[in-house]
Amino acid sequence: MLRFTIRRLLQMIPTIFAVALLIFVIFSVIPGSFASSLMSDGRTNADPETLARINAEFGLDKPVHVRFGEYIVGLVQFDLGTSFRFREPVTEVIGDRVWASLKLSVAAMVFAIVVGVPLGFIAALRPGSILDTATMVGAVSGLSMPQFWLGLLLMYFFALQLGWLPSFGYGGGDPLYLILPAITLGVTPLALLARTTRAGVLEIMNEDFIRTAHSKGMSNARVVRWHLMRNVMVLVVTTIGLQFGSMMGQAVVIEKLFAWPGIGLLLVDSVAIRDIPVVQGTILVIVVWFLVINTFVDIIYAAIDPRIKQT
Amino acid sequence: MRGFNFNLWVGGILTLVVICGAVFAPLLTSLDPVFDANLMNAELPPGREFWFGTDAQGRDIFTRVLYGAQISLTVGVVSQVINSVIGLTLGISAAYWGGWWDDLVNGLTNVMLAIPSLIFALAIMAILGPGLPSLLIALGLTNWSWTCRIARSSTLSLKGQGYVQAAQTLGYGDIRIMATQLLPNMVGPILVISTLGIGAAVLAEAALSFLGLGIRPPFPSWGSMLTNARELIVIAPWATIFPGLAIFITVLGFNLLGDGLRDYLDPHMRTREQ
Repeated sequence: MLRFTIRRLLQMIPTIFAVALLIFVIFSVIPGSFASSLMSDGRTNADPETLARINAEFGLDKPVHVRFGEYIVGLVQFDLGTSFRFREPVTEVIGDRVWASLKLSVAAMVFAIVVGVPLGFIAALRPGSILDTATMVGAVSGLSMPQFWLGLLLMYFFALQLGWLPSFGYGGGDPLYLILPAITLGVTPLALLARTTRAGVLEIMNEDFIRTAHSKGMSNARVVRWHLMRNVMVLVVTTIGLQFGSMMGQAVVIEKLFAWPGIGLLLVDSVAIRDIPVVQGTILVIVVWFLVINTFVDIIYAAIDPRIKQT
Repeated sequence: MRGFNFNLWVGGILTLVVICGAVFAPLLTSLDPVFDANLMNAELPPGREFWFGTDAQGRDIFTRVLYGAQISLTVGVVSQVINSVIGLTLGISAAYWGGWWDDLVNGLTNVMLAIPSLIFALAIMAILGPGLPSLLIALGLTNWSWTCRIARSSTLSLKGQGYVQAAQTLGYGDIRIMATQLLPNMVGPILVISTLGIGAAVLAEAALSFLGLGIRPPFPSWGSMLTNARELIVIAPWATIFPGLAIFITVLGFNLLGDGLRDYLDPHMRTREQ
């Protein structure tokens, strides 16, 4: 088990390196520099001397391969460069925002699990019932809906019409401000969890060992608790992990909509003013977050199901 | 329910409605989505003259939603075609030729899967700037990894089949075998993943335009219409409701169609349900 864990953790390193390379390449090969977008007003060309000074200040006058070398050396030391806008280390700028994003993702996931898993379960126990049909129609709708539109509608009803909840902002950490963004972000994983749980339960109920348990006189409640739940949980844990990992990506739009001061909002704002070190840094953090969670899911999975280790 | 594929039918009908709306937009409305602005008509609620109401510039939202379908479908279909071509080319050739090329394609696919595709598209849009061509590139380059995986695994299982070996013995070239012997045998699963991919691309376009990185106003993209509608949500909620509903119906249509096609093409599923 320890060897498997170490091997999976080591496998992450080349992927992170490749992603860092990819991000660096797309931001340095393609035309349009920070200096020119900072100085150009769209009508006249920027003064070449000023451009050269800005480029020198941020080290942008060095050749690409030298800059990439410096970037990787910095990366190994957890140094992501300096933000053009804040004139502060990127790691600090991102560090200030991580907590807000983490809080939002965890709240959204808790909402999705608490509602989605029981819904999928109940739906599967009565296939074809009204509740089952309603759950499945709801799930496919949840997956087809633009999340930010749902967020706008929730904002309209619960904040502006009813006045029950604050419409946007962080509110200094007041949990009331968390409710609407978390529900909005949680709808997609909720729909997926309901679908996965339902499919998993239906699949496993047809398995031989469930029939055996029934036929040896085990009560229904015991079959569900001892055989069904355990097997379905493996599936559900995987879905939760994968969704949790990709949530940071989806959170970008939701954070922008609710003015939630997380990494996603930082990314969108930095893209708008071409603060490239921050853009590279936030994307890298989102990708690493995704990879770390996927690796943990693999490790947990292997701990539950020993057959996986051999592959 | 025997023999009736609910997903396929409902998805097909919804998709058809959206396509008709886009194609026949000039016949369904006499107004122009961009230039027919009139501040005297600003923020009118839905009524007999303006079915979906009007926006802050007094433009007819029904007209803008219809023309918005043209943009959404163009982005969805074209970017998915690009994704399919990339995914199929890489996937089939990697499995067919194997060796270092297979390793390279595999590595690239894993890296692509590690980056959330919306984030990747956002990065590309940040560099290329807003607009339709950038959107097609950004969304066309970032969502091919699943197609590639499916093409690769299908090729691996087809490669050993008698008819492929027969074609090799007959002296067919590699490219010819890939195009005429391998490709036609994976049309089903590729069709399913592409249909679902169109829905995903429509959602991604809406999100990027909403963030101000996709289609810019005054062009009637559903996403950018929602950005503008956000400021007037209290006085003109219809400006938020209808463009969002259009996105929802379109994506729902493609998702149901994809699910329906999968059930239809997968005989395993069919026999179990009957």
